[in-house]
Amino acid sequence: MLERFLEVLPEIGAAMGQTLTMLLVAIPLAVLLGTPLGVLLYTIGPNGLKHKPRLHRVLDGLVNLIRSFPFLILLIAIIPVTRFIVGTTIGTAAVIVPLTLNAIPYFARFVEQNLSQLGGGVVEAARSMGASRSQIVRDVLIVEAKPGLVSSITIMTVSFISYSAMAGLVGGGGIGDFAIRYGYYRYETPLMITAIILMILLVTAVQLSGSYLARRLDKRL
Amino acid sequence: MIDIQNVTTSFASAEGRFTAVDDVSLHIQRGSIQGIIGFSGAGKSTLLRNINLLERPTSGRVLVDGVDLTALSEPELRTKRHGIGMIFQHFNLLNNLTAQENVELSLKFAGVGKAERRRRAAETLEIVDLADKAGSYPAKLSGGQKQRVAIARALASEPKVLLCDEPTSAVDPRTTSSVLQYLADVNAEFGITIVVVTHEMNVIKAIADNVAVMEDGRVVEQFDLIELQRPGFHPATSIGRYLVSDEIQLQRSAPADRPAASVERLINA
Repeated sequence: MLERFLEVLPEIGAAMGQTLTMLLVAIPLAVLLGTPLGVLLYTIGPNGLKHKPRLHRVLDGLVNLIRSFPFLILLIAIIPVTRFIVGTTIGTAAVIVPLTLNAIPYFARFVEQNLSQLGGGVVEAARSMGASRSQIVRDVLIVEAKPGLVSSITIMTVSFISYSAMAGLVGGGGIGDFAIRYGYYRYETPLMITAIILMILLVTAVQLSGSYLARRLDKRL
Repeated sequence: MIDIQNVTTSFASAEGRFTAVDDVSLHIQRGSIQGIIGFSGAGKSTLLRNINLLERPTSGRVLVDGVDLTALSEPELRTKRHGIGMIFQHFNLLNNLTAQENVELSLKFAGVGKAERRRRAAETLEIVDLADKAGSYPAKLSGGQKQRVAIARALASEPKVLLCDEPTSAVDPRTTSSVLQYLADVNAEFGITIVVVTHEMNVIKAIADNVAVMEDGRVVEQFDLIELQRPGFHPATSIGRYLVSDEIQLQRSAPADRPAASVERLINA
């Protein structure tokens, strides 16, 4: 038993590395691209700073469209796009494309929701001080939404640890794929349990540090 | 200083158009403290927001310091707003910024550099006696302190006009006096023209030079507060008289023993 465990240990390490790679690329990209999209959705929305009903409907629909795809389907459906962007359709890099594509609208919704929960008071105060729309977004809305946004990033990361388990379908690897291959296909239950424990530890670590950071940033008390 | 000319503001609502401010004209003297009083829904807060165009009037003109704000472009209006401070019933401070950072915000929007911002914010907090709370977040401050930070924030950009929307409606009576004292002080010291919207007559009596009484979107009467001391002076309108009496009037008999709508009668007494 121990022998077998030591045998696959390098593979477990590699799988963890692949999972972390997927997350470390997809999540920051989603935050980077999803934040402006979410800000835009809020800004041109019915209660935003500059309501643009038509553009809002289009963007809102597009976000819903991408979010409608079950991740497994999206993974396959966008294979041509994946090939165009990373030059391959298999491996960890190939999974990162659909992960990111899925995460962008996912996070944009979080941003939109966090901003719309802030209430109009601070925006009104900023307008009375002669703030421009971009100043209101940067210096007021994002500042006030920061703790909420950190919580949202935490929730998203945990969700995407789960999504990354489907990476095996296109040879993307990762710890979830490891669990499926050894536990499901080879009936090596102890190895599957090991992988599951690692995933639990990963999720716990993400959640604890996310909650801690959000608490630190939140001055509402 | 402020010239409101035939301002009407209406909104689209579910039951058609709703007119919040109905053809109001009001002239506010430079350096004076103008009170605007009325019940909820009288249109006083909308009228106040018409002055800095947070709410753009449907028709009419608003002149501040001789400039017609309604004719300005969006960037010009923003520049003008640096000279018009505003405070609110619920303070509207940013929870995630310290008192100092909140005050700096108005200077940041006005394009003031970082070092200068820091210096002026500290100075302004001094005016409201909160220098020792510069590093505190709003959650750690009392209601009165929050409103004083808001006053400092509004004063930092050295405005000529300060608009106050129910500035004491969310604080207790003792804090009310303190907040009003700071407003009176900045009026006396810097000659800032102040407009105070409130539903509390004692606030008007304490601080205003002139008062405009609003009902159903219209200014139904205006008078100098000095008039109140003249024997035999009575506001011309029933709502004015009711507000000036400033007493809660109840009937302690059983409701069945008196005609309906007696509350209405009390107001119109």
